Amino acid sequence: MKFGIIVFPGSNCDRDVATVTQGLLNAPTRMVWHQETALSDIDTIVIPGGFSYGDYLRCGAIARFSPVIKSIVEHANRGKYVLGICNGFQVLTEVGLLPGALIGNRDLHFICDRVPVRVERTDLPWTQNYTSRQVITLPIAHGEGRYYADEDTIKSLEDNGQVLFRYCSTTGEVNEASNPNGSLDNIAGIVNQPGNVLGMMPHPERASDPMLRATDGKLLFEGLLGVLDAIA
Amino acid sequence: MSEITPFSPEEIAAEGLKLEEYEEIVKRLGRHPNKAELGMFGVMWSEHCCYKNSRPLLKQFPTEGKRILVGPGENAGVVDLGNGLRLAFKIESHNHPSAIEPFQGAATGVGGILRDIFTMGARPIAILNSLRFGNLEDARTRRIFQGVVEGIAHYGNCVGVPTVGGEVYFDSAYTGNPLVNAMALGLMETDEIVKAGASGIGNPVLYVGSTTGRDGMGGASFASAELSDESMDDRPAVQVGDPFLEKSLIEACLEAFKTGAVVAAQDMGAAGITCSTSEMAAKGGVGIELDLNKIPVREIGMMPYEYLLSESQERMLFVAAKGRERELIDIFHRWELQAVVAGKVIAEPIVRILFQGEVAAEIPATALADNTPIYHRELLPEPPEYAQKAWQWSSDSLPPCDAEGIEINGTKKTWNEILLHLLDTPTIASKHWVYRQYDHQVQNNTILLPGGADAAVIRVRPIEAKPSECTIGVAATTDCNPRYVYLNPYEGAKAAVAEAARNLSCVGAEPLAITDNLNFGSPEKPIGYWQLAEACCGVSDACRQLGTPVTGGNVSLYNETLDSQGNPQAIYPTPVIGMVGLIPDITKVCGQAWQQEGDFIYLLGQLNNIGTGRGRSRTTPTLGGSEYLAVIHNTVAGQPPVVDFELERKVQESCRYGIRQEWVKSAHDCSEGGLAVALAESCIGSKLGAEIKLADNQIQRWDEILFGESASQIIVSVNPQARDSWETYLQQNLGNYWQQIGKVTSARSPLKILTTKELSLINVKINDMSLAWQQAIERRLKVF
Repeated sequence: MKFGIIVFPGSNCDRDVATVTQGLLNAPTRMVWHQETALSDIDTIVIPGGFSYGDYLRCGAIARFSPVIKSIVEHANRGKYVLGICNGFQVLTEVGLLPGALIGNRDLHFICDRVPVRVERTDLPWTQNYTSRQVITLPIAHGEGRYYADEDTIKSLEDNGQVLFRYCSTTGEVNEASNPNGSLDNIAGIVNQPGNVLGMMPHPERASDPMLRATDGKLLFEGLLGVLDAIA
Repeated sequence: MSEITPFSPEEIAAEGLKLEEYEEIVKRLGRHPNKAELGMFGVMWSEHCCYKNSRPLLKQFPTEGKRILVGPGENAGVVDLGNGLRLAFKIESHNHPSAIEPFQGAATGVGGILRDIFTMGARPIAILNSLRFGNLEDARTRRIFQGVVEGIAHYGNCVGVPTVGGEVYFDSAYTGNPLVNAMALGLMETDEIVKAGASGIGNPVLYVGSTTGRDGMGGASFASAELSDESMDDRPAVQVGDPFLEKSLIEACLEAFKTGAVVAAQDMGAAGITCSTSEMAAKGGVGIELDLNKIPVREIGMMPYEYLLSESQERMLFVAAKGRERELIDIFHRWELQAVVAGKVIAEPIVRILFQGEVAAEIPATALADNTPIYHRELLPEPPEYAQKAWQWSSDSLPPCDAEGIEINGTKKTWNEILLHLLDTPTIASKHWVYRQYDHQVQNNTILLPGGADAAVIRVRPIEAKPSECTIGVAATTDCNPRYVYLNPYEGAKAAVAEAARNLSCVGAEPLAITDNLNFGSPEKPIGYWQLAEACCGVSDACRQLGTPVTGGNVSLYNETLDSQGNPQAIYPTPVIGMVGLIPDITKVCGQAWQQEGDFIYLLGQLNNIGTGRGRSRTTPTLGGSEYLAVIHNTVAGQPPVVDFELERKVQESCRYGIRQEWVKSAHDCSEGGLAVALAESCIGSKLGAEIKLADNQIQRWDEILFGESASQIIVSVNPQARDSWETYLQQNLGNYWQQIGKVTSARSPLKILTTKELSLINVKINDMSLAWQQAIERRLKVF
């Protein structure tokens, strides 16, 4: 079982993810330079947060033309796991592995905070270690994290249960007051239809280290490891 | 001058040079300079680059200590943290650019300080900012404030270095001339600390990073002049930053340094190519020859003058080991950055600039970088009139007050109302609106989040180390109460150093060393020079007393704005102290919020109620220079608090000891707003109440007791089970300088402050305090 973390020029959470997968969970992990194309040794690809190519033009818009992207799409199409965090989520929507787009936050400011997030489904490897409708606290750090899609797309996401994480109040209510960035339907993270590709704006890797006094994100990595190790 | 010069006095003045300085240049060259050379002297002899006014004063700073690995003179200071870990850190100002173009001015300030850090071979691990603006009621100030915060966020967030702390002050003294000081910390990643001195005759000189354009021309001279209405026309002197490029530059430089093929490195900050070539040559006692036609450019038709004075960002100069330039160039190309051999190290100690096959400039390196003019100025024989007058003030001139409140201009104000008013003051209020825009968690090492503690605390973790192997932390803070410094530069500067150390002690860190940013008005004016000289003396004395040497810093003079009538308005003298401290065990740190109902609350240090009959002393909490006096009574006067270092050291030591024994659960120093505001902040942070009893000592007024300010005061809360051990320890270490003043109450309880005779002084709901404190800044920004 192995993690591969994609490094674009401008990625800046790549090592933070490795610190969790390798440093805390002892899972084999390698950094994948964006010009690599051979990814067959990797079980889970993580596209980390940061500002790939400075987010010039549009977040993730330039990264999608990197050579590694074709291999990531193939990896996903084979049903293997892909996790896009923050800028990684933006890249996944640009590539088309996930629908919709991430646009500028409602108040136009970058937001770095810890926010409550509700787990909407627990029948996927990503969330199997959480309890149903569990409210967890995860860090966010983005300027363009407002999830947007047309009405039909939102409807199909909801109908298919593709919304995995939703911003909520500390007691689990989903409403405008508990929506930090103006995302439609308070969407914080979605999966593709089969569930093997996850994109999320919150940073689970920043809530995995007991020393940092926040561990709600660690269960996501552990859930994934449990499934993969069971297969292996 | 008897002979005819090729330049008019106006042309010389346009380069920021005085006529006497021009004569000195002619003497040194033995000829008149050409236009390019004149420009080079102009930037290199600016205060920003050569400290011609401040150098004699900076000499007195203590710069050595057992943990100091690199002191002043290099790109950044370096201290030894033990376990083979070495920390580089430095502060730098970007005041004038931020006044003209707040977003880019602040952004490139961050970019510049980060380059100082990674040029040494250290990976940047944290950024702090010390910011000062005018009043938020003023529309232009709001624009500057928002632009600066966005600029810092833009650069720091993208480059992937957490912005973990700092300070923000608002005072009309900074209207039109904001202060933007950025501090960065880095962890050494290379075995050898990379220095700037060039060596090895014939070694190639590499230009790496971004391209060169006309942006930021002459920024250093611009930074060393007063701002005027016309300064807005100087916008081209403000650089434009590219944090994405800088992120790649960090990775590429650290990779390059690890090859061992880099002999020396210098970032191109102020005065770009001119400064980097002359400093590298002068420090190495050699010369550098550079061909401008080799430099990658972003626009065509540039003249040597423009190449040499450009302050395009994200550029560096390397001296490489001969024969290994290819391997370095390949690293930079892999990161999609420029890298070319643009020159070589030569034996003759000159900077020789080639352009189109001809010599465009040729100057002895030391004339530019080392042997620069120095002005020894005359110190006023006695304190200036404004200070003497301010010192006449005493609290007797205030209206009388009682346990309920005070009557101001015919209206009775309760202490409750005054406390809420102070919490709503932007300088005291929550800076949540600011730090929420900064990524303060990237790199996964932020132990204490902004707003929750008196100093930032990050884990020190080498890039490949497992979290379980890392137990050491670093705390950092920036501090200066500029009103104190204005009223008494010597005592105020001492207080700034003491407060920085106190803030570190409040999180459990042992203060190690400082970097200082001296923001002052014109030294050419007697009052300006008096303030600078007195403050330097105060910083020196305090650093000696607290064992925290100066490892470097930055001097920013001429912080004055000219109003439309041409009258200069000086800022408050503001020597910002950036201090770093060591936390041996990151599991033993403290925030400022109460932790549990029932914990006992202690005041360490100079007590308000003087039970021992000592009477009022120089260190008794005072309203002189206080936030209360300024905000509630509209008065800036009095003598600021005086630091007693014997007491200061003991108070800080007790606090650190209590934290490391895990007796102390929260710690917060009393600063602006005094005891009452500090107690309120501990309540707000925890959403727990507190009940406090204070004795009427018959010596002080109630407002002095509640809102008076003093050095050496820390409020801590302690678990009841630890009470005996803690009190025994305090008795031994602090004698009478401590007191249990109350305890933490439940979540629904208010902050209650009573007299020992059960009279209520303050009784305010935590929620009311939170609202005032949290919305103060945001509320003012919403005024359109």
